[in-house]
Amino acid sequence: MPSEPTVAMRGIRKSFGLVEVLHGVDLEVLPGEVHVLAGENGAGKSTLVKILSGVYPDYSGELLLEGRPTRFSNPSDAARAGIATIHQEFSLVPTMSVADNLFLGREVIRRFGRVDFGAQMAEAYRLLADAHLECRPDQLAEELALASRQMLEIVRALARNSRLVVFDEPTSALSEPEAESLFARIDALKRQGRAVIYITHRMEEIYRLADRISVLRDGSIVGAATPDRLPPAALVSLIVGRDLAAARAPELRPDGDTVLDVRDLRVAHASVASRAVVDGVSFTVGRGEILGLAGLQGSGASEVLHAVFGALGERTTGSATLHGAPFAMRSPQHSVERGVVLLASDRTTLGLAPDMSVLHNISLSSLGRFSARFGWVQRKAERELVLVSARRFALKAPSLDAPVRLLSGGNQQKACLARCLLAEPRVLLLDEPTRGIDVGAKADIYRLMGDWAQRGIAMVLITSELDELLALADRILVLHRGRIVSALHRETASKDAILGAAMGQSQSVHVGGAA
Amino acid sequence: MMAELRTSAREWWTTPVARALVALGFMLVIGAVFNADGAFFRWSVHRDMLRQVSVFGILACGMTVIIITAGIDLSVSSVMALSAVSFAWLMLPHGWPAVLAVPVVLAAGTALGTLSGSLVARMRIQPFIVTLAMMVFARGAAKVVSGGMKITNYVTAADGTSRLVPLPRAFGLIDSRVLGGNLSIVTVVFLVCVLTTGIVLSRLRLGRHLYAVGGNREAARLSGVPVRRTLLAAYALSGLFAAVAGICQAAQETHGDPETGMGYELDAIAMVVIGGTSLSGGRGSVALTLIGVLTIGYLQKILSLNAAPEATRLMLTGAIIICAVLFQRGRREGSQA
Repeated sequence: MPSEPTVAMRGIRKSFGLVEVLHGVDLEVLPGEVHVLAGENGAGKSTLVKILSGVYPDYSGELLLEGRPTRFSNPSDAARAGIATIHQEFSLVPTMSVADNLFLGREVIRRFGRVDFGAQMAEAYRLLADAHLECRPDQLAEELALASRQMLEIVRALARNSRLVVFDEPTSALSEPEAESLFARIDALKRQGRAVIYITHRMEEIYRLADRISVLRDGSIVGAATPDRLPPAALVSLIVGRDLAAARAPELRPDGDTVLDVRDLRVAHASVASRAVVDGVSFTVGRGEILGLAGLQGSGASEVLHAVFGALGERTTGSATLHGAPFAMRSPQHSVERGVVLLASDRTTLGLAPDMSVLHNISLSSLGRFSARFGWVQRKAERELVLVSARRFALKAPSLDAPVRLLSGGNQQKACLARCLLAEPRVLLLDEPTRGIDVGAKADIYRLMGDWAQRGIAMVLITSELDELLALADRILVLHRGRIVSALHRETASKDAILGAAMGQSQSVHVGGAA
Repeated sequence: MMAELRTSAREWWTTPVARALVALGFMLVIGAVFNADGAFFRWSVHRDMLRQVSVFGILACGMTVIIITAGIDLSVSSVMALSAVSFAWLMLPHGWPAVLAVPVVLAAGTALGTLSGSLVARMRIQPFIVTLAMMVFARGAAKVVSGGMKITNYVTAADGTSRLVPLPRAFGLIDSRVLGGNLSIVTVVFLVCVLTTGIVLSRLRLGRHLYAVGGNREAARLSGVPVRRTLLAAYALSGLFAAVAGICQAAQETHGDPETGMGYELDAIAMVVIGGTSLSGGRGSVALTLIGVLTIGYLQKILSLNAAPEATRLMLTGAIIICAVLFQRGRREGSQA
């Protein structure tokens, strides 16, 4: 009986203030179907999902649940109606245990409202074992690694026996085996006749999972098809709305001058001082060069960036020179003043002050340039320069004075990058510059990175997308357990070589090339 | 889509300032209706209201700065009391000239604020706890300085003889009026504090840093903002304003009372919050606080004009705080992600 869709949305419209972001969207999901929702950031995917999960109760249009008109006034309404959502942002309570998080809002209640912790614990053990999640139910959620937390979120959603499960970019924090086990669970959901909405930017996931693909662009559905009738190239041009030239940085020519030289960098573990998360890493970056750092989670790659930037303080030892002069990896403020700038991986927690305006977020690192005596900010000069840089980044915002939280993910990322660039960096440390942003914004960022290289900015790049790393980096250092295990050049690097080294496969180290 | 670069006039109404002004306007309408036989239409009533809220308003300026950094300063009333007592102590029994006493008291207030700030910024103790401790400590210090009694111009010398010294001119000056008796000096001081805070928050680099630290401390740090120095400056500024308030308070009361200003910190917080500045930090302005100060000031004035009892005044103030916050939040409902 494939007739009745689990969920049908008809003519959904939604506005924020004066801006309409969804212009009459129709979407149907059948039981046992994985429906992939594709589109650029800011296209309206997350808004649509938030309407479906009761986060936004004020919209116009119709929502049919197995044929019955429904309207959710809050997220728990939607959860009770069998719609489980795994949002991009984590919704775990960090200070509560894994088991308490699993049963949050649906506790096992005995007489007099007593919570049966024993039963919850037993059930939690079973759920964790089923998911192959290696953690104890009595651990605090904040003690788990990022990937485990994401997995826990998924376990929690699936434990509710929902008839529709919505995944909003679930794999952005997962390693490949973890992602594969998630896909297996999604296959199982399909077999049970449940409906799945899956949002992702990753091509291979779309074609691995989708039964049907709907593409949102600027708040409207611009196409829907089965994957066999929508080849990748057609999908991309549907998403972007124009034919996208292959996103590749122009051929770069580092001119050899060393900008940053890091020697014997060590970083102690955050809580266990005797353990090293980075253990004797040395490298150089030249003018206009893009140095890629590769490594799986826990390899220490991200710590290398933060340590060089001075963000890890006392935990860092080692020495560095910048243009031949000693450079103390002491504090972010010290580094920014000397033109060493970091783009942090997580724009919401590490990148932006959400209520500050776009303008003030972008100028934050370079206020020294706009300040006269007593730190008096020259606001005209500031606005002009920020405006120029916003145009260069093709930043889309209602106005420069709008709070930055109103921007879409890709535009928030551009704002973070614009801030870094406005600080006139000599060394740019980029931690996942394209995480969770759409194809169009990615292409913009690749193009800009080419420009920066041409201007002589030295860059150190971390990205979890190997294709991106291969396309952009002149050299790639692979880290495994805090050490450099392989140094590859643009010509010799390959996905297999990087992954093999990152997983600790070959220990035949040729670090010599790294220096 | 960068067509419009500034907030358009149509959107202006949804801004917090517009919302706060509506609340204040509402209060004025109430005052015009319950005008106590026309008393509300006399400027002297407004002048007195302004004088009565000035000390609170000065404290609220410092509180605004701290709340924007996502902190809180419970110690303002005690630091004010300590400053009032110290000012009276220096001027009355010791006969210091005002040009010396004022800077010394201001420096002491700033130093206490800096101490709180360094505990918050360097030791990373929660602001609530640090300033709670400072509140108790400064109240104790005020009692030590004053010997537990009011310091008046009835001075007891070392040999046990007592005499009345004339009240220094500075006391009278601070408690006088300008513009033909139409504006109190303390109100002028309050407005100068508002202006200073406004300049710090919206024109100086420090202001940007304050908002950034309150909005997202880690992001601010990674952007190169000197987080600790910024926090230190915020608490130092609040201590400075508390000392200013203390000098005004001593001059108005013509003595230094170690018990003065009990609970004023809560009034200051209420004024900031009614204006629409969020306790979660990173948002707000001193203009909002000014409106909040006036709103509460008018509420109290209207109630006293109409001879409402103290109990009614307290209950209504509580209700107004909640209403104002709900009204301010109505604006954000739709845009919250």
